[in-house]
Amino acid sequence: MADKEKLLEVKDLKKYFKVSRNDTLKAVDGVSFDIYKGETLGLVGESGCGKSTTGRTIIRLYEPTAGQVVFDGKDIAGSLGTSGKKELTRRMQMIFQDPYASLNPRMMVNDIIAEGLDIHGLVKSKKERLERVYDLLETVGLNKEHASRYPHEFSGGQRQRIGIARALAVEPDFIIADEPISALDVSIQAQVVNLLQELQEKRGLTYLFIAHDLSMVKHISDRVGVMYLGNMAELATSDELYDHPLHPYTQALLSAIPVADPEIERSRERIILKGDVPSPINPPSGCRFRTRCPFAKAVCAEIRPNWHEVEEGHWVACHLHDDSVTMG
Amino acid sequence: MMGKLLEVKNLQVQFDIFGAHVQAVRGVTFELNKGETLAIVGESGSGKSVTSKALMGLIPNPPGKIKEGQIVFEGKDLVANTEKDWMKLRGKDISMIFQDPMTALNPTMKVGKQIMEGLILHQHMSKSQARERAIDLLRRVGIPNPEKRVEEYPHQFSGGMRQRVVIAIALACNPKVLIADEPTTALDVTIQAQILDLMRDIQKDTGTAIILITHDLGVVANMAQRVAVMYGGKIVETGTLDEIFYNPKHPYTWGLLSSMPKLHAKTDKLQAIPGTPPDLSNPPKGCPFAPRCPYAMKVCVDQMPAYTHLSETQKAACWLQDERAPKVEPPKTIGVGGE
Repeated sequence: MADKEKLLEVKDLKKYFKVSRNDTLKAVDGVSFDIYKGETLGLVGESGCGKSTTGRTIIRLYEPTAGQVVFDGKDIAGSLGTSGKKELTRRMQMIFQDPYASLNPRMMVNDIIAEGLDIHGLVKSKKERLERVYDLLETVGLNKEHASRYPHEFSGGQRQRIGIARALAVEPDFIIADEPISALDVSIQAQVVNLLQELQEKRGLTYLFIAHDLSMVKHISDRVGVMYLGNMAELATSDELYDHPLHPYTQALLSAIPVADPEIERSRERIILKGDVPSPINPPSGCRFRTRCPFAKAVCAEIRPNWHEVEEGHWVACHLHDDSVTMG
Repeated sequence: MMGKLLEVKNLQVQFDIFGAHVQAVRGVTFELNKGETLAIVGESGSGKSVTSKALMGLIPNPPGKIKEGQIVFEGKDLVANTEKDWMKLRGKDISMIFQDPMTALNPTMKVGKQIMEGLILHQHMSKSQARERAIDLLRRVGIPNPEKRVEEYPHQFSGGMRQRVVIAIALACNPKVLIADEPTTALDVTIQAQILDLMRDIQKDTGTAIILITHDLGVVANMAQRVAVMYGGKIVETGTLDEIFYNPKHPYTWGLLSSMPKLHAKTDKLQAIPGTPPDLSNPPKGCPFAPRCPYAMKVCVDQMPAYTHLSETQKAACWLQDERAPKVEPPKTIGVGGE
């Protein structure tokens, strides 16, 4: 793991939104992680934890407030200019959550898929363009006839395949998939996840897979990061995270997922968290999770926990697992 | 033995839209016993929500209509009900929790008043009595500081808190049947755990029977005693919780169970169900799952299979259960209990 090549390094990334004259919403507040070449990093958390904002800030749909994003050795968080952004989107693509809203209803499927090819001048003739579109359609499990249709003629699962074909068109190295299966039915979800995994094997793609469905994230990811209220709470390989969660939030999150197995469900002890996620406009001091944490101590309100590596590859931000802090 | 509370017999619901006749529910039969939780699972378009709406008299007519069938509640067929009859029943004997707590509440009305409505209408309480009861209910569903919150509007509540309010409204008149249509789908997992816990707790106290409509098999395993699996407007298999999870007989149930990743075990590749659900404006003649079924035979396309009774509680509508059919083993992933 250690000698794997880093494709993306996110260092202390922050994204604030000004919501009114006096209030700032700190959607992402100092998040650091690496993504290695060819792996899938899963990012999980509840709504409002900043996982989507993290993805969107990396690909520069949002301008980062502070921090660094190093993609293949180059900082892409600072000013990029038009050509820099163009180069970025050639190598980095996104798949969106809602297959109904993310495809332009007035464009034919071949124009949707080929838009990236046109922008980056990757095809020389109309014939080549169409051939590429046919290839891509086949890759994602659709067929030629679909090229001249409009999005409304497709089901949700098929639309998501079109979204994947569009992302693949410019042959990117890195794909950010933001809840790509949440809007789909269970049987269709498996189709799309299998497709994403096949594509990764064939093309050596690297994924950032953002989702709230922890069992699906475990299935697809090599490593998983858990976010809470704009901070990263814990990050480890998916087996390590699910077998030995350290952060109380990760533990609660894992125990909250209902498992499709009646025997396990009958015998399970659940940690039920009290209350709701606090507002990111005025988040709790110190550790953000302390207001719902069953183990919170005085120190948790005062000092923000360090993001540190407890064991090789297992990162956590919690005073319970930091020897340098004495718990009150 | 528990008594039957509600019996649905051969229910058929059709919607006439754009010149097409969409047959959303095509002959559904099931019963609900006192105090139990029955889960109806299925994907979008399987007819599970339409079935539950029919039980509440909430099928908009036009375009929808109940073509055939009976809904027998306490010995009386509800299909013949007039709107006036329904109004006496809804919220009193049968009530409903909706999927989206953001839209289920009236944004212009204080939550207290929304809870009080049913109490004043059905139980003829005075305003002050109803207000007291509303505060009690809010406290019961775990809303802190209910004396103050009863005067607040829905937008002042978070998603999870709104769903608690919706549950308080549904429970106000101690209904005998509670229909929960995807009650936690719009909520985060930690909030989902809170709400499921609350529903189970309330059921223990009041003995309300719950019909739980969901697509999440995890929620089913957590809540239900019996399960009905719907596909293409029909119930394809029904049984107790353990029968459906550990000894399912219908290939669609197999498909559903193996297309989900397991949290407690390794899964190499998910078993996806190829294809898409049927178009119910032109429903298939035979088994609705036949076009996607890896075991489909000629007869499956031509003729709808009858139910085969596999035990006192389990039955499946599948030609594989016919004695002339070849023996088919379920996928390896099925029937493995525990860790």
